[in-house]
Amino acid sequence: MPEKLFRAALREALLEEMERDEKIFLIGEDIGVFGGAYRVTEGLLDRFGAMRVVDAPIAEEAIVGCAIGAAMSGLRPVVEMMTVNFSLLAFDQVVQNAAKIRYMFGGETTVPLVMRLPGGAGHQLSSQHSHSFEVLYGFIPGLLVVSPTTPEDAKGLLKSAIRTDNPVMFMESMSLYNLRGEVPDGDYTTPIGEAAVRRSGRDVTIVGVSRQAVLAGIAAQRLEEEDVDAEWIDLRSIRPLDWKTLGDSVKRTGRCLVIEEGWPTYGVGAEIAAGLQERCFDYLDAPVARLGGAEVPMPYAKDLERAAIPSVDDIVRQALRLVGKKAPAAV
Amino acid sequence: MDADRLRETYRLMLLARRYDEEAVRLQRQGELVAFPPMSGQEAAQVASVLALSPADMVFPSYRELGVAVGRGVDMTGYMLAFRGAWNGGLYDCRRNRFAPMASSVGSHLLHAVGWAMGARLDGRDEVAIVYFGEGATSEGDASEAFNFAGVFRAPVVFFCQNNGWAISVPAERQSAGEIWRRGEAFGFPGVRVDGGDAEAVFAATSAAAERARRGEGPTLIEALTHRFGPHSTADDDTRYRERAEVETARRNDPLGRLRARLAASGVPDSWFSDAEDEARLAVSELRASLAAAENPPAVEMFDFVYAAPPPALALQRSQLEELLGPDA
Repeated sequence: MPEKLFRAALREALLEEMERDEKIFLIGEDIGVFGGAYRVTEGLLDRFGAMRVVDAPIAEEAIVGCAIGAAMSGLRPVVEMMTVNFSLLAFDQVVQNAAKIRYMFGGETTVPLVMRLPGGAGHQLSSQHSHSFEVLYGFIPGLLVVSPTTPEDAKGLLKSAIRTDNPVMFMESMSLYNLRGEVPDGDYTTPIGEAAVRRSGRDVTIVGVSRQAVLAGIAAQRLEEEDVDAEWIDLRSIRPLDWKTLGDSVKRTGRCLVIEEGWPTYGVGAEIAAGLQERCFDYLDAPVARLGGAEVPMPYAKDLERAAIPSVDDIVRQALRLVGKKAPAAV
Repeated sequence: MDADRLRETYRLMLLARRYDEEAVRLQRQGELVAFPPMSGQEAAQVASVLALSPADMVFPSYRELGVAVGRGVDMTGYMLAFRGAWNGGLYDCRRNRFAPMASSVGSHLLHAVGWAMGARLDGRDEVAIVYFGEGATSEGDASEAFNFAGVFRAPVVFFCQNNGWAISVPAERQSAGEIWRRGEAFGFPGVRVDGGDAEAVFAATSAAAERARRGEGPTLIEALTHRFGPHSTADDDTRYRERAEVETARRNDPLGRLRARLAASGVPDSWFSDAEDEARLAVSELRASLAAAENPPAVEMFDFVYAAPPPALALQRSQLEELLGPDA
């Protein structure tokens, strides 16, 4: 399989889907001439013209509201938000409209809307441009929320997102745009709602959300040296959660650690911990552990920013505690 | 407007008035949860929607009974929405080209703009019209919708019914400027019409729709109207406005004005009494069909959240089904 960058895989998905279906169009800020703040839409304006690659005025509520109207009329808009933070300006349209219109029409009208949402820390973009909002959208019935961590899934999940008739919040970790990985040739999709078991193990299940799934993989390798056989799961889908894969894994390992970059209070980890206890309490040998970002606005200073999000060391340390190889942290 | 169309407009305005009065009575009798009456705004609503072609898409707020009547929307389905029978889908939105009522004030202006942009991209000769009150123009969504429509020359008609009151707040507390003038700021024409004059409303809306169809972009119409009643059956408007204002508005009833205009052109009294009989019959049919209507099954609650329900939702549905047994 050829190796490609994460951002190139996203671009391929957009290009192939737009060639396949004329009803798909892109709308966002600086996505045309400029090619997008992260170069994901580079060259698409020349290819498809200004009607299908729409450079919008700076008004996120309007971008999303208009995309919803167009989706109701039968088109398939793909919105690019410059960052996930700006999607807060469109929160009303997403929550009150995109997620509910199908329901309020009694199923007669669908909103096949995709919102691409670059986010996450690591680029010194400080407190207003570095959020991880998986949980904010994962909270809303009517939305699908996915977060790919490999170029293969970036392309496959984006194609699935474009093809489904539900609104999809497509979380992109900015730090992964330059990640290189194998991408299959030809047309393929990655199903929404399925987690990926990236490595099988016996001792502990480590579930990573968004970019933290990549770190979880590195941590799983390091744990080998400590004689811990970790099962590594890339969550991929935040709504719906893949309880089957999560539950099956924990029933085998008896221990689970969930890692996310977002704030852990009311977080994805909190939901998974609660859900696993409901589903497989009798199999658990330890409480489900959570690891998330520091509960502060993202610091600007580089070293502080690094300290505010989980690192591979943090994951290894937490996993060792969980399997009883290190003393528990003081509470 | 030719004589036939003028008579048709009157007939539909009368029908809307009688349905409106009946809806308030039904609410008082506990048949409807709540209802926002529109009596006084019939000319603005009926004449504007009659100026469109059937393929054009209507985005209504919750006070658009007259528009729904003008569109021929199934009244039982429309009123069931106010009975709280179900969230929507009670009338056929697609066939009637009449979107679900927007209750998130101002949010639907953007949908209309997006629909219009989408229709053009799709090569469909359609215009979108969006109905909203002067209160909605204070929402950021309205300004953003005006701006997008202007920039992309979207085939959309913004139809603002300025009835003077947003619940208890008068129009001068919504905006220090005149609403129709905002069009110019966003690069398209704005017009103000007497919303009690069916012919003026029809002319303004026709011109706006034709302009949109020619590819020249949006128009903002501000129709000055009055609502005779409260904001909805949940408020008492004597607490915030003078009776004299309502009495003056009633003396200028758009229905009476059009009747005088028709009578002066030779329409006989018998035609008006026939129209009244027809409206009375329609109202009694509505009352009977509402009484006979059954609520949708409870488990439908889960059906329209997603195109295909995720496992957790499917489980909740089957649990409810089990709990309700044969009543599901």
